Amino acid sequence: MAKLRGAIVVDVEGCKGCGVCVPACPTDVILLAKEVNGKGYHFAYMENPEVCTGCTNCAVVCPDGVITVYRIKVDK
Amino acid sequence: MGELRLMKGNEAMAEAAIRAGCDGYFGYPITPQSEVIEYLMAENPVERTGMVVLQAESEVASINMMYGGGGTGKKVMTSSSSPGISLMQEGLSYMAGAEIPCVVANIVRGGPGLGDIQPAQSDYFQSVKGGGHGDYRLPVLAPASVQEMSDFVPTSFDLAFKYRTPVLIVSDGLIGQMMEKVELFDQIPRMSTEEINEKYPWATNGKPVGKERRILTSLDLDPHKLEKHNFHLQDKYKTIEADEVRYELIDCDDAEYIIIAYGSSSRISQKAIQLAREEGIKVGILRPITLWPFPKKPIDELVKKGVKGFLSVEMSAGQMVEDIRLTVRERTKVEHFGRYGGVIHSPEEVLEALKTKIIGG
Amino acid sequence: MSEINIQDIIKPENQVYVKTKLMTDKALSYCPGCGHGTAHRLMMEVIEELGKENETIGVAPVGCSVLAYEFMNVDMQEAAHGRAPAVATAIKRLWPDKVVFTYQGDGDLAAIGTAETIHACNRGENIVIVFINNGIYGMTGGQMAPTTLPGMKTSTSPYGRDVKSMGNPLKMTELVAQLPGTYYVTRQAVHTPSAARKTKRAIKKAFQNQIDGKPGLSFVEVVSNCNSGWKMEPVQSNIWMEENMFPYYELGDIKVDGKLTTK
Repeated sequence: MAKLRGAIVVDVEGCKGCGVCVPACPTDVILLAKEVNGKGYHFAYMENPEVCTGCTNCAVVCPDGVITVYRIKVDK
Repeated sequence: MGELRLMKGNEAMAEAAIRAGCDGYFGYPITPQSEVIEYLMAENPVERTGMVVLQAESEVASINMMYGGGGTGKKVMTSSSSPGISLMQEGLSYMAGAEIPCVVANIVRGGPGLGDIQPAQSDYFQSVKGGGHGDYRLPVLAPASVQEMSDFVPTSFDLAFKYRTPVLIVSDGLIGQMMEKVELFDQIPRMSTEEINEKYPWATNGKPVGKERRILTSLDLDPHKLEKHNFHLQDKYKTIEADEVRYELIDCDDAEYIIIAYGSSSRISQKAIQLAREEGIKVGILRPITLWPFPKKPIDELVKKGVKGFLSVEMSAGQMVEDIRLTVRERTKVEHFGRYGGVIHSPEEVLEALKTKIIGG
Repeated sequence: MSEINIQDIIKPENQVYVKTKLMTDKALSYCPGCGHGTAHRLMMEVIEELGKENETIGVAPVGCSVLAYEFMNVDMQEAAHGRAPAVATAIKRLWPDKVVFTYQGDGDLAAIGTAETIHACNRGENIVIVFINNGIYGMTGGQMAPTTLPGMKTSTSPYGRDVKSMGNPLKMTELVAQLPGTYYVTRQAVHTPSAARKTKRAIKKAFQNQIDGKPGLSFVEVVSNCNSGWKMEPVQSNIWMEENMFPYYELGDIKVDGKLTTK
């Protein structure tokens, strides 16, 4: 049975730390970092990457389009 | 010889729009120029040339249709009268800033406010001093006959696209409503998409494949960039002032006094100078054809020739006279005469004013 | 199960979502969390997917999205406040084969531009109007809009919108749906993944209607947050929007294929 594994790449400097991606993720992958980027925003990052399924929810809802999503099928 | 017809000024201008290859007319009824859109609707030029005619919901909508259509490189035209032209000032300022061409005709009526429906020439300031907000000018052509109501349409489109600016045709209710013989020019074909894209790379009619998109805007929140843009506009206006002045001299060779008048006032003044000459007064007419750029040079030359006085004849409380005074700079007498509020002065009144204000006193 | 290295996943061939190339590289000028950015991107995704990049002309409003032309990578015209439907009317009448849209806020469409909105809809112009309704005037600092809710505090209704003196919120979408000239009228949102995906489908339907020459205008309202104007955090503002805006501005199709939907 195949399982989906995903990963997101956040354009850290472009992220405005709005946090809308956080509740959008069905598996609670994303949190806002304690550090800030060059503009002073707490950027989004994968806190729990191993449960990312690449569903693209976060990217779809991101107002600034700073999330790129990757996904592979993994054989169990 | 082109096709000859007896036509009303407004209708000649409408017919000329079709023949000038106008792509779209978007306008709103208002007296004394509703004949323009009525003629166009009846002619149904979509069958003749593919020209679109649409009655907009207001003059505000009309001028914004000019913006949209002109912005895509199409020849678009509208017409209105004084109160409606006031509504268009926002759009004209935007088009001046974004450098979008179009032709707007103002068939002037008495004001201010709702005023009346009779002819006037009290929109001079509004026409030549910008009219809307910001530092800009618009070329202004002032027809004085039904023939010119026709001829000035293709000229206006040429100027509009040459300089990427709205161009005003400032007429009045008299010229708009009167009937005269007019020789109509032959059909100028509408421009094809290829021609538009070749001549007007700024036009927003769909991003060309493999190229950058085009943006038309008058906004720039960086004041230094906006200033630079304004420098560019001012340079453009200097070029127009140098190259596009148009005027007519009538009987000025031996004239000791000059009447300066445009539109209907120039026609009335022609009778006035005939009467004057019968009394031995040597008076001529300088008829501005472009109100902006103003014919400063020929006025200056007349001053240097030793003309003893200029009478500005305009159906207003005195608007063009200020530009004459700026040009003459107190070197000789400059006075204004005009009936206004929709009242038309007679040749006798003009002659009387010449005698009392310029020759007498 | 073997450990999967994230670097094995992040490879070009595994990419399933990236921001459309029809959004420019310019950083959006919108506040963090603002629905404008999402709406822009969904529209540009649709234009790209429909293959209409070189045939689209968009008209930007005055409002927060006055700079939409900096972000949308198609030919764009900036219109005067409220006038976009008139601008778009002329463009579409003169270039019937192009794809023409307006993108407008609530002040632009429902206050100063009410006449232009109504008449473009009434004439049934074959264009798409995207209406971003966040119940406030964002760009000018948070004043009351025609769509501000009763009791809502804004900088010009500091004690809350008083319907007795300021009128009720205007439901432009329901109004234009009554006109025979509108073909597709819908109200959507972009604050959650499912809402955003629905909005994208609605936008696609709207543009497809235009491409197919369907008789009438396609009108897509997007109820959005304005966390800055509402003085909330982005996520909080989306919850507030669900609890307060959606009961008044109900999501869903109001008119499809020229027919009003029955409730």
